[in-house]
Amino acid sequence: MKRPNVIKLMILTGIFLCTGCTGISPWVKPYERQNLADPIMSFDRDAIASRYMNHVYEAREAARGAEGSVGGGCGCN
Amino acid sequence: MGATNVIRTPLLAITLACSHAMAAVLPADRADILYHAFDGGGAEITGPSVLVRKEVADTVSIYGNYYVDMVSSASIDVQATASPYSEERTETSVGIDYLNDKSVFSLSYTNSSEDDYEAQTVSFGISQDFFGDLSTIGLGFSQGNDVVGNNTDDSFSQDTDHRRYNLSLTQILTKSLIASAVFESVIDQGYLNNPYRSVRYQDASAGRGYSYEAELYPSTRNSDALSLRALYYLPYRAALKLEYRHFSDSWGIIADSYEARYTHPFANGWLMEFKYRAYEQSSADFYSDLFDFSEATNFRARDKELSSFGSQTVGLGVSYEFKPGFIPQVNKSTLNLYWDHIQFNYDNFRDVTSDQLAGEEPLYSFDANVIRLYLSVWY
Repeated sequence: MKRPNVIKLMILTGIFLCTGCTGISPWVKPYERQNLADPIMSFDRDAIASRYMNHVYEAREAARGAEGSVGGGCGCN
Repeated sequence: MGATNVIRTPLLAITLACSHAMAAVLPADRADILYHAFDGGGAEITGPSVLVRKEVADTVSIYGNYYVDMVSSASIDVQATASPYSEERTETSVGIDYLNDKSVFSLSYTNSSEDDYEAQTVSFGISQDFFGDLSTIGLGFSQGNDVVGNNTDDSFSQDTDHRRYNLSLTQILTKSLIASAVFESVIDQGYLNNPYRSVRYQDASAGRGYSYEAELYPSTRNSDALSLRALYYLPYRAALKLEYRHFSDSWGIIADSYEARYTHPFANGWLMEFKYRAYEQSSADFYSDLFDFSEATNFRARDKELSSFGSQTVGLGVSYEFKPGFIPQVNKSTLNLYWDHIQFNYDNFRDVTSDQLAGEEPLYSFDANVIRLYLSVWY
């Protein structure tokens, strides 16, 4: 049941990427990215800290996955 | 002890795909040393974590992480059916990233070890920049193999396997806005119980009106999670992150989480961060706080992590960047302190330590404080 979901998503992403690249050109030029290059513009600025918080949540919640950062799990009661 | 959540799998190099708007570069050389502390619900967990990363060639970066959890627990579960205990978990990870043009290949290995639980995980990931480096796609896979033991029974040994598949897309949308979508499937197979956990069922012959028996979980669990994130640069130099995640699994649990984070740098190297997170989940199909009778269902659980509950987190962080030269041979260094306060409120998990009649005890809730104190240096 689960694998087809992943495959469907990959195919859809592929189609999106292929069609998206043909008619549109990149609209943010390299010299326009100074805001994006600022260290505060990082989803997880310090991996060691975000990884620990994911671990805190994952050990106490049923949900897991798609954290976007490395994470472990200790089953600390 | 432990294993409330048997996944001990580090995610793949999704970090690479998601963390860097200007990807197709190797992560910077840096070292972090962190002290962490969790205090809440009768459990205290503290320990260090050390992460060191170094470029060893123009296109190769390696890293190592050493992490320890020192646990001292007298949680509600422990109070109900066991005795307070102490234990230690040690996790060691090593990894390598290889940059080839606009692609980054990542490979890592993690070992997690405690008295009654051994886990090994191998992860592989690839991320690729394209569309003028506005887009980054990432694919990842990991395989984990665990051995579950039991401190009260030396002959007890069960295997559990975990596989994770993930796909991520990070997109620069404007000069000030990045968005990311991550989808991840997890497949667990094997012994998914916690060997120490019990369910309770009504028993008129028992003085308190109920008795305990062992939990029994299915031997497979599949889950899907989809997260959407956006990060916006505010004109006065601050950043706002919004995040949503939806989760569902084959045990009937559906969960949603929402997070907002605001990052505000000040002059002279100071930075402050504010965070709010809300989480809610439904209970597993085979969860009950109090079963009608012994072996009432094929599968049964009273693990509060499988109950219906919600949590809210408020977080505050402060970071200071030292002036260049403060530490010799170091380009940049920061000292960081983060405090998170989490409130858990359970909808169908009752506090059996109260003196009320079985099934009429007050619903359980607890608060926790989480501290992260760390020093980071770039060299």
